[in-house]
Parts: sequence; C-alpha cells; structure tokens
Amino acid sequence: MDRLDQLESQSIFIFREAFNRIENIAMLWSLGKDSNVMIWLARKAFFGHVPFPVMHVDTEKKFPEMYDFRDRYAAEWNLNFIRELCPPIEEIDDTLPPAARSAARKTAGLKKAIEKYKFNALFAGIRRDEEATRAKERVFSPRGATGQWDFRDQPPEFWDQFKTDFPPGTHIRVHPLLHWTEVDIWLYTLRERIPTIPLYFAKDGKRYRSLGDKDITNPVPSTATTIEEIIEELLTTKISERSGRAMDHEAEDAFERLRADGYL
Amino acid sequence: MPEASEAKVKLATVNASPASARDLLRIVIVGHVDHGKSTLVGRMFHDTGSLPDGKYESIKAMCERRGVPFEWAFLMDALQAERDQGITIDTSQIWFKTDARDYTIIDAPGHKEFLKNMITGAAQSDAALLIIDAAEGVREQSRRHGYLLHLLGIRQVAVAVNKMDLIGYEKEQFDLIEQEYRDYLTSIGVTPTFVIPVSAREGDNIVKESTAMAWYKGPTVVKALDSFLPKATAVDRPLRFPVQDVYKFDQRRIIAGRIEEGSLAVGDELVFSPSNKTARVQSIEAWSTIPGKEQPTEAFAGESIGITLDEQIFVERGELASHVEHAPIETDVFRARIFWLGHEPMVKGKSYRIKLGTMEAPVTVQSIESIIDTSDLSNTSSHQVERNQVAEIVLRSRRMLALDEFEKAPKSGRFVLIDKYDIAGGGIISMEGYANQRDLITSRSTNITRVAHGVTTEARAFKNGHKGGVLWFTGLSGAGKSTVAVALEKKLFEKGYNVFVLDGDNVRHGLNANLSFSPEDRAENIRRVGEVAALFARAGMIAITSFISPYRSDRDRARQASDGGDFHEIFVKADVATCEARDPKGLYKKARSGEIKDFTGISAPYEEPDSAELTIDTSALSVDESVETLVNYVEMKFKV
Repeated sequence: MDRLDQLESQSIFIFREAFNRIENIAMLWSLGKDSNVMIWLARKAFFGHVPFPVMHVDTEKKFPEMYDFRDRYAAEWNLNFIRELCPPIEEIDDTLPPAARSAARKTAGLKKAIEKYKFNALFAGIRRDEEATRAKERVFSPRGATGQWDFRDQPPEFWDQFKTDFPPGTHIRVHPLLHWTEVDIWLYTLRERIPTIPLYFAKDGKRYRSLGDKDITNPVPSTATTIEEIIEELLTTKISERSGRAMDHEAEDAFERLRADGYL
Repeated sequence: MPEASEAKVKLATVNASPASARDLLRIVIVGHVDHGKSTLVGRMFHDTGSLPDGKYESIKAMCERRGVPFEWAFLMDALQAERDQGITIDTSQIWFKTDARDYTIIDAPGHKEFLKNMITGAAQSDAALLIIDAAEGVREQSRRHGYLLHLLGIRQVAVAVNKMDLIGYEKEQFDLIEQEYRDYLTSIGVTPTFVIPVSAREGDNIVKESTAMAWYKGPTVVKALDSFLPKATAVDRPLRFPVQDVYKFDQRRIIAGRIEEGSLAVGDELVFSPSNKTARVQSIEAWSTIPGKEQPTEAFAGESIGITLDEQIFVERGELASHVEHAPIETDVFRARIFWLGHEPMVKGKSYRIKLGTMEAPVTVQSIESIIDTSDLSNTSSHQVERNQVAEIVLRSRRMLALDEFEKAPKSGRFVLIDKYDIAGGGIISMEGYANQRDLITSRSTNITRVAHGVTTEARAFKNGHKGGVLWFTGLSGAGKSTVAVALEKKLFEKGYNVFVLDGDNVRHGLNANLSFSPEDRAENIRRVGEVAALFARAGMIAITSFISPYRSDRDRARQASDGGDFHEIFVKADVATCEARDPKGLYKKARSGEIKDFTGISAPYEEPDSAELTIDTSALSVDESVETLVNYVEMKFKV
C-alpha cells in the first residue's frame, strides 16, 4: 500500500464507523477540492453509493463556477442533495471582525439546517494541516447542543476507537479527511481523476488555493495550470493554504472563536 | 556506557522520491512538562526551513503582545488558553520533510492532567522522541510516558536530553542521565535507538551538529528520526478481519471491514468468531471508475475492503473473521494491563462496555490484581484504579469473546472500556493462567441424533426415593473438599441414597489420563467431569464432585452440562493461609519452592463463586458439622 492507499483506507474506515454507529448523519459539501475528495471516498466506502444526504449550506456568495459544478455533479453522482440557505448578515454577532462575521453566517445556516433535519452528525472535510486549531481536532468531535466545540476537554481517541456514545442532544462532527494534507488531496484527485473546479488553476498569474465566499477569498500568485503543476508548486511553497482567506487573519484568535462557536 | 559512534549509526536508506511515493512517518514528541518539547519542534522547523512565510514574525508578535520572551511553543499551542497559560493542553500535529521522507510531528502534552490527550497523540505515531531536561533529569512523566509508549505498542524510541546549554554541555551529567534512563527503559523492555544531547534553544544537535559537544559522536535529532524504520504492515501474520458492517445496497450482500493483519483471497474458507460459522470468500468487492480495472482476487492488511460469501450465513458487526487453522482465542475471561482515563475510578465488580476492534460487549471487573507505579514499577493492591493509573486486572464477560494476546496480534489484543458515554481506559490482553475455550465449545460431531430414554426422570426418582443431581464442590487445595465429600458420601449411603464421589486425582488416573495441567487441559478436565456428573444425575444418582475447579467459566459450563437438572455449587471455603497450614499433600510447600508451577491460590488464580447454592466454611466448621449441614441440605433438596 502506498501513502494514498493508506489515507484512503483510513478514511473509508472512518466513514463506515460513523455510518454504522450514528443514526441520521449527513455530509457537508462545500464544493471545494476537499469535499469533492470526501464524496469520492464515500462512494469507495459504500461501493458506489452515498447512503446519506449531501448538504450544501449556501451563503449565495460563492463563485458561479462553484454553482455550475454543484448542479452538474449532484446529478451525475446520484447524490441525495440538500441545499440550505444562510441567514442575512444582520442576524450575526456584530462584535466579530467583518470577514469572520461574514463567515459566521455559514455557522448560523448550519445550525438551522441541523435543527430542521434533526441530523445527529455531519461529515465535514476539514484537515489538520489547514489551520492550527484544526490540528487539534478529533476524528469524532462532539459539539454541545448549540454547536459549540469544547476544545479544552476533548475525548480521548486512540487505536481507531472513536467516541460513538453520546448523551441525547449532542451533535457530532465526523472528519474523514483529518489526516490528509493539501498535497495529498491533489495527488489523490489526480490519481482518481476526480473532477475539479477550474478556479484552482492559474489565470493571469493567479489562482485560488482555497475556495470560500467571493468577497472574503482572494487568489494567490501562481502559474500552475494543471494538477501536476499545483502539486509541484505545493512542494516548494512556504505560503500557507488559507492565506487567501481573510477571516483567518483579522485577529489572533478570530478563527478559534469561529470554531468554538461551531464553524468548521 | 553504550556509546553511539558514527560506525554504529545505521540510517535507513530512503531515497528522495516523487511526492506520491514519499514515505510518511508519524513521530510523537513526549516528555515531562517544561522539558522543552515545543521548543525542540520549533527549532527543528526553523533550522530545516520548514516554517511557512511570516510564521516566525507572527509568533514574535504574539509574544510581544503578551510581554513574554520569544516562545516556540506558540507554533503548535494554537489555543488561546494554551498561549495565555503557557501550557500544552491538547495534542497537535505539524508537517515537515527531510530529504529522506515526510514527517507528521505529533506534539503531546507533558502535564499529567492531560494524559488522555498525550495518549491520543502518541497512539497515532510510528515512533517516538522522548525529551528529558538535562538540568532536571529524569522525572515522573519521563518514566510514565516511556511506560505508556511501550503499552501503546510503540517500539521505536529515541531520547533527546535537552537544555545541555544549562549544564555547560557537560558530558558527565549527560552520561548519568543517559544511564539512568536507559536502565529504566530496559527494565520495561524498550531499547532506545539513540540518546542525544541537545540544546533546542541554541540549536545544538537538532539539525546541525553541535560544536559545543564535540565529545558526542552520534546522530543529530533529525538524523535519528531518519533512522527510524517505517511501520511494517502485518501481511505475513494470521488473518484478522473484523466485520465492520454488512451492506445490502444492491443485490450483493457485502461484508465490509478492514483487514487488520494477514491477507485473504477469493476461495479461502473463513471462520467468523465467536459464532464459529464458516463460509468461503466468493468475491472481493471494490468500487472504481477507472475503466477496465478488474476486481481484486486478494486483499492484504491495512486495506478497507468488502467481500461476498458463497453461503448466506448470518454474520454481523463485531465478528472476527480468520482462517480456520489460525483462529483467534475464544474466552469469557482474560487478564489485561490497562491505563485508566475515566473521571470516576475503575471499581472492582463494576460493569463497563468493552470495544475490541468492532466488537462491543458488557464486561465486569472481576479483580484488580495490582496497581503499577510507573516510576519504580512496584505493585500495590487496591480495590479501585484511579484516573491516570496503570493496573493489572481480570475482566469477565457474560458471553464468549473472540480476541488475541496483544504480544501475538496487537490489533485484536487491545481494547477500550466505555463508562457510560466515555472512553475511560485502554488495555492490552494477556491470557496468562487462563484457557482458550474455543475447543471446549466446539462440537466436531456431525450427523448425530439424541435417542429418547424408556425410563423417565420421575420414575427413577420415585423408585430411588430421591432425585438425581450434582453437588459440585469447589475450593482451594486443602480446603477439605475430598474429606467432606467422602464423609458425606458415606452418610448419605447409610441413609439410603444412591451416591458417588468423583474425585480429581481418581479421574486423572483413567478418564482424563491424557490431560496435562495446562490451562486448556485443566478446562477440558472439568468439562469432562461436568458431563460425567450430569450422566450420573440423569441415571438418578447424586454425584459429588471434588475438584478445585478454580474458574467460573468451567463451573458454569458444568452447570450447563446438567441442562436444567439439579446442580448445586458448594463453595468449600477456607483462606489460603488456613489451607497452606493444613497442606495435607505437601503441595503448598512445593508451590512455594517453585517445584509446582501455576498452583491455584499461590501462582494461579482462584475465582470464588459469586452465587454458590451453599457455602461451607471449613475454617469455622468441623468435618462432622460440615457433613451435617450438607446432609440437611440434601434431605431438603433431593428427597421425594
């Protein structure tokens, strides 16, 4: 087994554990490279099927290319697709810095959707190498009744024994890609020929490394126009993946506050 | 003093290769709080040029904002609470690469309070780097972490003796620490690959060789990491394939799971334990969109797969598939070494849920054998295990479990315990002193039909004036089982009862002459006696059995052999000291001198009955009094 085989096998194991142990689970689809890999891995885990709803929590501020991609592959991959809208910005905590406040809309939309569908758990495609608080996450990560993350007292998790027993009212985030890195995602996308949104490829000397809302996501300088070139670029770059995501950089703890409150 | 010279330094040769094929090794950094784990990681990243742009400056700004000197720990301590209190609360991961390969560096908290997080981090690693402060020397968590690494199954360990700058880069001081810690690690079965004197703050022997410590000839920390071998996959071992789920999304009935050890191929006969059903692998299922890719015919350890079977047997999550000839152990009792993380202490007699692979079952703590002090490895006894303690315990389950000894098959020889909703501890399994019960519950006869008797049980009882049944005596050697049994037999016979004593030594002369004293043969000995006693009972007689029969599982099986008939467990009770003082056969003396091994009560367990029908305390009653009690009991229970 090479490295990608090992990563894939571990993700499949996580998917199957969660699907067996938790009733009423759904997957979050942000339309980005990671969640596309995540859907792919679910199809591997369940032999071509995705046996739970796949939900896009829509800020309505994504790029048009992302919406095109969503509509095409929701049909082509035969997904049980759900679209949920986020509440307007006026309803969001105004003590947050502007970009974080904008990102918090997604958290609010997420909470509404969980309530509406009574999901006990959600698959989310976050990775440890994206950001330092995500590096401290568990694969099965319990949230309080209002979605908050108690990072001071996380459950032990070892020997692939995950916390799968919860008092009523607990919500669980399951992270099948937690152990992947950015370059792993691209290597796997290349190997498996997974469809990709064109925004990731360089145009006029710039490309998007990470896709979020239009107004708070910026492209980074790049000449990579193929996946191979992206991989080449990542092996030498010293610029962090989320450098184009404004909300991470407004305050030292901006992202931690978002996450503690239920952001992915 | 083992001295690492250049000549002895064997570095794994891993070639710089394209990203897709690059090896990934996970290293956990452990050690006592404030011994410099985070600083070492920061220094390693800085000196290998692995820090992202602007990271150094941002850490500097965070420190200035708090008015503290530059602190590398802020690289991984991402939480505000961690930065404000200057303490690592939870484990974290960070990535870097050398020419040889890629690394995931796992930072584990050194504070005792966060042991669950240290274990969460360490259990994911392939190898460990243990940090010791040269000025403080070997401390409590240095030892505990070393011990837990071993318990978690991590066999590759290197040691960095940090802050050498604080002791003037003195070789003598380093030698003392190295010797002390090597001695400790050796005593728990760990051999460190290298012990390296370093200064993380000054950058000595982290990436660059130290000029201040020219006396040290071994590798730097980074070279030592490169010398670790990638974790070998367990493909050459007996198959262990725990059933994770069974899917029926389409016409296929797919048994899904991950092969933990060994391999399987289409056509192999598999046995699913503990149900012991067998079937052959019909296909290995895999989903792929790559055109022309054929279905695999073999699968190996580490792969998450799905199979279909040639027969539609009922198999569910939790069963452990193997090949027939190398099946796992089946037992309802086993020994374990555990670490406890629960908020509530583990208590003797309490029930928890065990999760072993994909199997879950209720288990009860039958005994807490000892609490292990990880500092000096001394043992103490206690009726409970506190949070963060390590202990030897015996667990019992109501039903048969399929498992392995950790030393033979680690993945199916380890488990976690759940208290209410939480993972409260983890442990590794040993069967020392306990039998594999697989053979005892396996019936090899086929095509057999029971013949009905021409005489009813009631008719026999009417003719004899009493019912048939079993008086199952259990107790330590020297407790008085045989003495009381023989006297009781005589008394009952005089009163007109059809009665016969089955005695341990007598049976081993004939029926069981082919059995040794191994745990499995002892269990078989008792199984046969249970069956014979049941036949006597069915024939209308009262069978008195006089066997130590130390294991609950064996006695329960004897009760099952009686199949709802009159079976009375009689606990002939006397403590070890009383029995040893009597020592009628001189056996205790031989056991104490080591001449007899695995002697019940001395060097092998005796599991007291928890629900005996009658207890005869021979340290308080004379033989006559004991017999009288029993005669009254028999008249009450057996007379028609």
